[in-house]
Amino acid sequence: METLGAYAILLAFCLSIYAFAASVAGKLKHKPFLIVSGERAVYGVWVLLSTAAGILIYSLLTSDFRLAYVAARSNRAMPLVYKFAAWWGGQEGSLLLWSWLLSTFAAVVVFSNRKKHRDMMPYVIAVLAFTQIFFCILNAFVEPPFQVLAVGKGVQAVADGNGLNPLLQYWLMAIHPPALYLGYVGFIVPFAFAFASLVTKQPGEAWIATTRRWSLITWGFQSIGIMLGQGWAYAVLGWGGYWGWDPVENASLLPWITATAFLHSVIMQEKKGMMKVWNMVLISSTFFLCIFGTFLTRSGVVSSVHAFAQSSLGTWFLGYLAIAVGVTTFFILKRLDYLKSEAHLESVLSRESSFLFNNLILLASCFAVLWGTLFPVITEAVMGEKITVGAPFFNKVNIPIGLFLLLLTGVGPLIAWRRSSWDSLKRAFRWPAAAFVLIIAVLAGFGVTHVYALVSFGLCAFVTVTIIMEFFKGARAISIKNQMNMVRAAFELTHRNTRRYGGYLVHMGIVIMFIGYTGAAFNKDTTKEVTIGDRFDIGRYSLQVKQVTDGDTANYSWQKAQIGIYVGSEYLGELTPERRVYGSSGQPTSEVAIRRRLNEDLYLNFASMSQTDANKAIIQAYVFPLVSWIWIGFYALLFGTLVCLIPSKVKYSYAKTAVVGVYAKQTETAK
Amino acid sequence: MKTYLRFGVLVVAIVGTLAWLAASGINESKTYYKTISEVKEMQSAVMGKRIRVTGDVMPGSIKREGEHVHFKIHEKERNLQLDVVYIGKDPLPDTFRDNAQAMADGKMLQDGSFHASAIAAKCPSKYEAAPGKQPATQPLNAAKPAATS
Repeated sequence: METLGAYAILLAFCLSIYAFAASVAGKLKHKPFLIVSGERAVYGVWVLLSTAAGILIYSLLTSDFRLAYVAARSNRAMPLVYKFAAWWGGQEGSLLLWSWLLSTFAAVVVFSNRKKHRDMMPYVIAVLAFTQIFFCILNAFVEPPFQVLAVGKGVQAVADGNGLNPLLQYWLMAIHPPALYLGYVGFIVPFAFAFASLVTKQPGEAWIATTRRWSLITWGFQSIGIMLGQGWAYAVLGWGGYWGWDPVENASLLPWITATAFLHSVIMQEKKGMMKVWNMVLISSTFFLCIFGTFLTRSGVVSSVHAFAQSSLGTWFLGYLAIAVGVTTFFILKRLDYLKSEAHLESVLSRESSFLFNNLILLASCFAVLWGTLFPVITEAVMGEKITVGAPFFNKVNIPIGLFLLLLTGVGPLIAWRRSSWDSLKRAFRWPAAAFVLIIAVLAGFGVTHVYALVSFGLCAFVTVTIIMEFFKGARAISIKNQMNMVRAAFELTHRNTRRYGGYLVHMGIVIMFIGYTGAAFNKDTTKEVTIGDRFDIGRYSLQVKQVTDGDTANYSWQKAQIGIYVGSEYLGELTPERRVYGSSGQPTSEVAIRRRLNEDLYLNFASMSQTDANKAIIQAYVFPLVSWIWIGFYALLFGTLVCLIPSKVKYSYAKTAVVGVYAKQTETAK
Repeated sequence: MKTYLRFGVLVVAIVGTLAWLAASGINESKTYYKTISEVKEMQSAVMGKRIRVTGDVMPGSIKREGEHVHFKIHEKERNLQLDVVYIGKDPLPDTFRDNAQAMADGKMLQDGSFHASAIAAKCPSKYEAAPGKQPATQPLNAAKPAATS
């Protein structure tokens, strides 16, 4: 079995090389059959890698402990779903997942474009196949998943495995890596089309139109992945936070930032023919940052709490990145003539300028995060001394950036294209500005003095009003014209231009998330050593440690603290934070207990029993205001993204002169 | 041209502000990586600076006293050890236990002990014990209450 899996990977490697060579040679020598054979090879790679992945999954599910990977990541007592999740629980398996996802995407792209983009496709396949070769090298030679445990010359199985890392035995974590990978790997598709369009000197924006859905879906998956990571950090890691600016978290955030910038700046290219070079750079950097993120988490170059083991992977990744960045830069520079802007900036007060600042500020944030993450590496290279920066650095830079972005979220949609007069601005922003001032005045009246929090809540109100106004204006026009009620008109409006109004819904989601993040300005925490039976206070709560119990399951042994919650004399119920020690790994974990409410979460962690007094438990209690809104905002964001994906009822013609949409433009230039 | 000049000024202003924030952020939170031997040798030089020390947690040295946690970390090569007092508010990571590789972030005090405000211990996704060998298990608690009421 495992030999079959290893051969499948090896064959996939050879076939990827063939797909790459056949596509490029077929295109250059004008041999259509060679190109088609290259496309078939892509399907072949998918079949082979699916076989390899299938065998690994089968070995995990059947607990085949002759395999080193299975023995290290699984054990008999583990529930079935985690045995499956062990596929991506370790280095070798997760790289195979990467590889397999890539081959799946490649097959989907080839299939869905089998009749379209004939001139671009060979290069699209070349990019996909080149990356596939790279990952197959890793799967086949650097981190092979099918190594067997051997004693002398005989293959030997162990009785039971070490089990999946207990911290990963949580449902959010079981789906977090695949979601994030879907987002990481998916960006290769827009990149491949962008690159192919560069090489073949495509006129127009065909690559953007074709890959719009891809970009949006992968962006959605990245968002899901990042949020699942936050949810996991919050509920499982037990350090009482959802974001710690850890290198691994940063690695997942970097491509998300550039992707967000990309999603905004393509609008400029579609509508105004501007920022063409910029979009090329953005989509390329997004993809490279995806690879770079994988490199960062896997090579041990930056020390992090949850990076994978040190390994020789780093050199391979750097090699791949060097080639990819080099080739892309070369083609962008060579094709600058084809990427000339069709319009110029006319005024600082214009929609164009708001897009420009949106991009500038997102890139600044990306750069700051990258700089902070790599600071130890940079200082070691330059000064010979390793210096690291912590959360204060990231917060100091990114909080103002976030607030500025929030402002632009409100300003952008209301400001006119080309140029805006002060008068029209005053008219457009009268109500939003009033909401901004009102909210700040009210909150300040209630004694809130935290400046950033005040500004943030004010801006949230500002943006909310602008979004409501946009829906209201559009819906009222439709309701008057078609005699519909306002609610139906709002649906109709959204359906007519899903991209625009879905985008507003995403913005609304972001606003709600900002409300949640701002709550962090008012966090409370305390650590108490409490005699069983006694009470302690945090915020308005009074907590009583009722009793401590313990027991065993097949997978772990546990100890629970039952804690009663009171506000004044009212009894609100009980929370039972738990500590576990997993049998096969000897790894302790804390299972925090959280009382989630819309206004605030009460978060309890059972740190340990006191070591000096056997009747005392050490309890850490936190109050996190508004955290639930982060998750609610995330659902809104997801919903908005889905709305964007629904095809618009009306095909919008863009305001470019003599151009009706992208297709018209293609036929025009084809003449 | 005037438009582009305006843009230039705005961009410079924004980037400048951010650079200034970044610089002050770095100064506030920069932390030096030091080994235990470096800390021991240049006591005075590292005094008061934020530093990050890495070492293996000495088995049996973890002691909780109220809200503080005392433990010792150990540098194998030169057989040096360092007393650490954890004074941070966050719960200790689950990976923090005997023999774990721990990173203490904090400041050196006059008496030669180290006050850590944050502790990181190697996460178990790095956990690569040789398969088949049972890693040393640690009981739930050194001092478990004899009878849980």
